[in-house]
Amino acid sequence: MVNLIATKEISTYHDVEYSFINSLGEAGLVKLKVVKKDTYVPETELQKLEKMIRMHHELEINVAGIEAIIHLLNRVEQMQEELRVLRNRVR
Amino acid sequence: MAFIDYYKVLGVDKKASEKDIKSAYRKLARKYHPDLNPNDAEAHKKFQQLNEANEVLSDAEKRKKYDQYGENWQHGPEYEQARQQQSKGQSGGFGGGASSGFEGFGGDDFSDFFQSMFGGAGGAGTRGGRQAKYRGQDFNAELRLGLKEAAETHKQTLTVNGKNIRITIPAGIENGQTIKIAGHGGAGVNGGPAGDLYIAFLIADDPRFKRNGSDLYASAKLDIYTAVLGGDVTVDTLDSKVKIKVKPETQNGTKVKLKGKGLPVYKKEGQFGDLYITYEILIPTNLTEKQKKLFEEIREEGPPTP
Repeated sequence: MVNLIATKEISTYHDVEYSFINSLGEAGLVKLKVVKKDTYVPETELQKLEKMIRMHHELEINVAGIEAIIHLLNRVEQMQEELRVLRNRVR
Repeated sequence: MAFIDYYKVLGVDKKASEKDIKSAYRKLARKYHPDLNPNDAEAHKKFQQLNEANEVLSDAEKRKKYDQYGENWQHGPEYEQARQQQSKGQSGGFGGGASSGFEGFGGDDFSDFFQSMFGGAGGAGTRGGRQAKYRGQDFNAELRLGLKEAAETHKQTLTVNGKNIRITIPAGIENGQTIKIAGHGGAGVNGGPAGDLYIAFLIADDPRFKRNGSDLYASAKLDIYTAVLGGDVTVDTLDSKVKIKVKPETQNGTKVKLKGKGLPVYKKEGQFGDLYITYEILIPTNLTEKQKKLFEEIREEGPPTP
C-alpha cells in the first residue's frame, strides 16, 4: 500500500499555495488522491511534486511552463537513454 | 585554493546593482538548474557556482567584504581562522543544505574559497529559495564491473553513508544503466519518506569482445589452409572455449553465429544473446621455396571455376 501525505502538510512545509498543488493535479502532472474530502499526495508522486515546487519557487515558472518543461524533460531522458544504447554500440 | 571571480560567474560588472545581480542569477539559474538538466554533472557544477556567487553578491555584507579583500582575500581574518582550524584537524563544516537533494546528484558544499573567506557560518538558510526537501535526498553511486561480472547475477554489499546495503545485480546489466534502490537515500524530513539510492554501472571494455545489448562480437583468425580446405577452429566464449567447424572455401570476413553464447538478457532468465564470430584469414608469410612452388602450381592450374 502506498503512503499518502496530506497536501496541506506539503503546502505548509514547502510554503507553497494549496491551489498550486491542486493545479498541478488538474493538469495531470501529479496524481492526487481525495479521501473524505481531503486531498493527499501518494508517496510515489512526492519526488515529482517536489521537483515542480522547486521549479516554481526557484525559477518562477508557472503551471503551464512546468507542464511544457516536464514534457520536454521526458523527451530529453528518452533521448539520453537512446544515446547511451547507441554509444555502447559504437564502443 | 584559487580566487573565484563571482562577478565573472554571474557575468555582471563590478558596479552591478542588486537588481542586475538578481536578474543575472535568475537567468543563469534557469539555464543550469539541475532539475532542468537531468544527468548533467557539468550543469550541476555550474549551478553550484552560480549559487555561491549569488550567495556572496546578493548579500550586501558579504559583497562588501568580498570587494574589500578581492584577490587579496588571503589576508582576510576568516582565512587565518580557517587555516588554524584546519591545522587542528577540524574541517570548517559550513552550512548544511547547500544543494541538498537535487535529483541526480549528491549533496555538496560551497568551495573552499568561500569557506575560507566567509567562515563556517555562511550559507545555511540564507540562500535564495534553496530549501530542505520533505522527501529525503537521493544518493548516487557508481559501480565498476568487468564484462564477465556483468554476465552473472551476483550479490554485492555496498557501504553507503556508513550503512551496509546488500544488492543483487541482475545478469546482463549494460554500461551506463542505473538501478534504483528505493528508500536507501537520505532520511526524509518531518516524517517524509527517505530518498532513493541510484547506482550507475560502468562496464569496462573487454579486449576480446564487443558488446551490443546481449550479443557479443569477436574475431577469430583462420590460417589459409583451414579457410580453403575446411577444418576446425577453437574460439573463446565469455566463460569457456568452443570448437567450431569451418566450411571449405570460407571467405575472409565471414560471420558465424553461435546461438546462445552471448550475454544473458537483462532480467529475462534463461534467455541469452548470441556470439558472432568474424573470420580473419591470415595470408602466410615467410614461405619456403617449396611452398612458393606449390602456390605457383596452384596458380598454373588456372583460376577456379566460380
